[in-house]
Parts: sequence; structure tokens; C-alpha cells
Amino acid sequence: MTGKNRENYNKNYIAYVNSFDPPTQHFKNCLRAFLVGGLICCIGQFMREIFEKVIGLNGDELSAAVSILLIFLGTLLTGFGVYDRIGRYAGAGSIVPITGFANSVASPAIEFKTEGLVYGMAAKMFIVAGPIIVYGVLAGTAVGLIYLFL
Amino acid sequence: MQTIFFENTPRIIATGTIAGPKECAGVVGKCVDKTLTDDMFGESTYEKAECKMLSYAITKAIENAGEEQSNIDMLISGDLLNQIISASFAARDFDFPFLGVYGACSTLAESYAIAAALLNAGYYKKIVAATGSHFSSAERQYRYPLELGNTRPPQSQWTVTGAGGAVIASEGSPTAITSATFGKVVDFGITDVNNMGAAMAPAAADTILAHLKETGRNADYYDLIITGDLGALGSRILKDLVWEKGVDIQNNHVDCGEIIYKVIEDEFQGGSGAGCSAVVFNSYIYEKLKRRELNRVLLAATGALLSTVSSGQGESIPCICHAVAIENL
Repeated sequence: MTGKNRENYNKNYIAYVNSFDPPTQHFKNCLRAFLVGGLICCIGQFMREIFEKVIGLNGDELSAAVSILLIFLGTLLTGFGVYDRIGRYAGAGSIVPITGFANSVASPAIEFKTEGLVYGMAAKMFIVAGPIIVYGVLAGTAVGLIYLFL
Repeated sequence: MQTIFFENTPRIIATGTIAGPKECAGVVGKCVDKTLTDDMFGESTYEKAECKMLSYAITKAIENAGEEQSNIDMLISGDLLNQIISASFAARDFDFPFLGVYGACSTLAESYAIAAALLNAGYYKKIVAATGSHFSSAERQYRYPLELGNTRPPQSQWTVTGAGGAVIASEGSPTAITSATFGKVVDFGITDVNNMGAAMAPAAADTILAHLKETGRNADYYDLIITGDLGALGSRILKDLVWEKGVDIQNNHVDCGEIIYKVIEDEFQGGSGAGCSAVVFNSYIYEKLKRRELNRVLLAATGALLSTVSSGQGESIPCICHAVAIENL
């Protein structure tokens, strides 16, 4: 069976298989993502307060310092093998914040270290984060252009 | 005819198995030759660990058969990694010819069938057939880095860390391979790489039905019809598919992937991978055959013949299933 015939034949089977799909637990997933994501944001805010009041940073310096520390923590937890467990529990709650981005860069770096520091770790470091950077820059440029002409 | 019959009844004389800690917490724990406490097996990479496991299973099978390595005529093996490196690299350690085969997770049944055919024809006297897989090396090749904090979908399965092999000889044990059915590639159009059970179930149904038809047997001729790694969902679909054709395997079907894990944490539908059927069959099931708690089993291991390139290009997942009938004579 080829082409269109096969497609028709398969449709029934795929519909049948889909009927077994366990329902996604939206409420539970959202709650976990909200709690963990919220906690990460609270930690960030806490750092912000500390940096501002204790060290006396402000403006861009303050934002940069908080981001750097969060990225460091995300990478550290990835290295300790903890972040993937958090991710499994929290889903988007720990993928979306900047710590998730750090995890997506650090995890392939660890994984491919066995193939060498150049062709392994460095070359494959962005296999997960690459698309985020590409489309992030693209979206940023598009928004920037719109902003320029408005 | 897809089925060939072995009138000289080649025998499975001994097996060797090794599995990771998670696998050994389940039913196979008491039957395997070695339980790993460390899934690196003392090696620097997971690929090397997989290769070492396979090598261990081969050596152990030969040892359990009470044979010298110099008496072995051939090794038939394969695995899941690109260019079947675990099998080829493991074969480096042995001084007998090597036949590399690839049938994804159906490799065990495929190697048994080829070994049985070569023995039945009288070309060889003793052949080792083995295969294995490793969760971490399979994850890296097919999915994401281990430490990436993403979630696994509920249809997914967990690649078994383990290896198993058997010495198949022209005589020396009551457990014989009596026939084999080579499967056709079946593709019902599933594209979801996280739903291997649903992709492979039609292939399993096709081969099992062909086997029963060509041997003129009823499903209840077998004490067990064993599939490799359909998982809980795939097993359910398989039962439905064969039921539609008037065959009932409700009571004697068991899936290695469905039974291997005790704790359902992130394994969801159960185990998968070439090591799944290799470990479960060569330890748990073979033990039962030896004790004559089981006398006739049909091992129908399924394999998904996809690659990351094909799934990236949106292709559906072609699947295969080979079956070998194993009976105590």
C-alpha cells in the first residue's frame, strides 16, 4: 500500500491509538509550574533586594548581577544532577526561567564532553539552546524594527 | 511462507545476563548473573559500559555452558547504537567470527533465528547470540541530554540497561528452537517517537498471526507468547489487533517491557530497548523453561526501525517483529 491509500488506512489506526492517550493533567501541571516557577522568581527577587541594599548595586548592574547568579545556580544544579529532577516535576516552571536556559546549555555540554572539548562539548553545547537563541534574536530584531517605525 | 522449521532442533544450552540496578529491583533481579551497582560499569563513557555489558553477557553465557571460548564457532549480535558499535566493539574481545545484525529491539529474536538456521543446516556446532542496550547511551542518541530538565510524556518507555546472550548449540539441553517466523516491515503511520508501543504493535500482530497460521497452531498451544518491548499500551493494542483477526492471546501474552520494572516512576509504559527482551528472556523466562514451569514459548521481539534523521524529516516509524518458537523437548 502506498500513497493516499495508505494514509486512509492509517487514519483509523491513529485515531484508535489516540483514544488511549492519557488525559493531560492541566491543573496539576499548572500548579506545579506555578509553584516552582514562582519560587525561582522569588529567589531572584530576594537576590535583587540583597544586591541593592547590601552591595548597593542599581539599574542595569543590578539586573545583570541577578541574572549571572541565577545562571550560575542553574548550571551548578545541572552539574549536580538535580535540575533534571526539578524539571521533571515542574515542567515549564523550571524550563522558562533563565535557570532553565542555563540547564539547556550546560546539560549537552556535560553529555558530549566524552567526545572532546572542541568537537564534543563546545560544538554540541547549543544543540538544545541554539533554536532559542536563533529565534530569540529574530523575534528581537522584528520587534525592534516595529518599534523603530512606530 | 515466513516461517521456517528446524527439524534438527538446535538447543539453547546456557544464557548469560547482566542488568542495571533499576532493572534488578524487578522480577529479573534474582535471575541475572550480575547486577550492576554503577551504570558506568567502571568505564569512562556509557557507550563503553554498554559494550562491556555485552561482552560480559557473552563471556558469562559461554562460561555457564561449561564451554571454552575456542569451541564457539560464531557470535551473532547487534545493538541500538549507530553502526552497532557495542556489538562490533565487544566482538573485538573474542577470537571467533562475528555476524553483526540490526533489528533494533527485535535483535535478540533475529539473532536466535539466524543462529538456529545456521545450526540446523549443520554449518556450525555452537553459536553465541547476544544483544544489549543502555539507557544513557540510547537517551543521548535518540533523545535529549541526561541532565536536561524536561518532562517525559506518559506514553514513553524507559530503555533498559542490560545485556543478555545465549549459547545455542546443536545439542546439549532440552530447550530447543523449533521454528522461526521472520517478520515483514509494517508501518501504520505512527510518527510519535514517544509512542513506540503503538508503532510496533501492528508488526507484532502481523508476525504472531503469520506464525500461528503457518504452523497451524492455536494461540493456546504456547504457555506464553512473549513480546519484547511493546510496553503496557502497546500490549493492549496488540491484544486488540489479534482479537480482531479472531485470535485470543489475552491469557498467555506477556510483554518483557511491561514486567521488567517494579517501581513505576518515570518508566510509564515500561521498559524498551534491545536489552529488554535480552535480559528478561535470558534470565527470568529461561529459568522457568529450565525448571519446566514453562514448556512452549513464542518469543516475538519487536523493533522500531527509525533513526533520528527519519523522525526529524517527519517520516512515520516502520516496525518489524521476528518470532522464534522455543520448546522443551
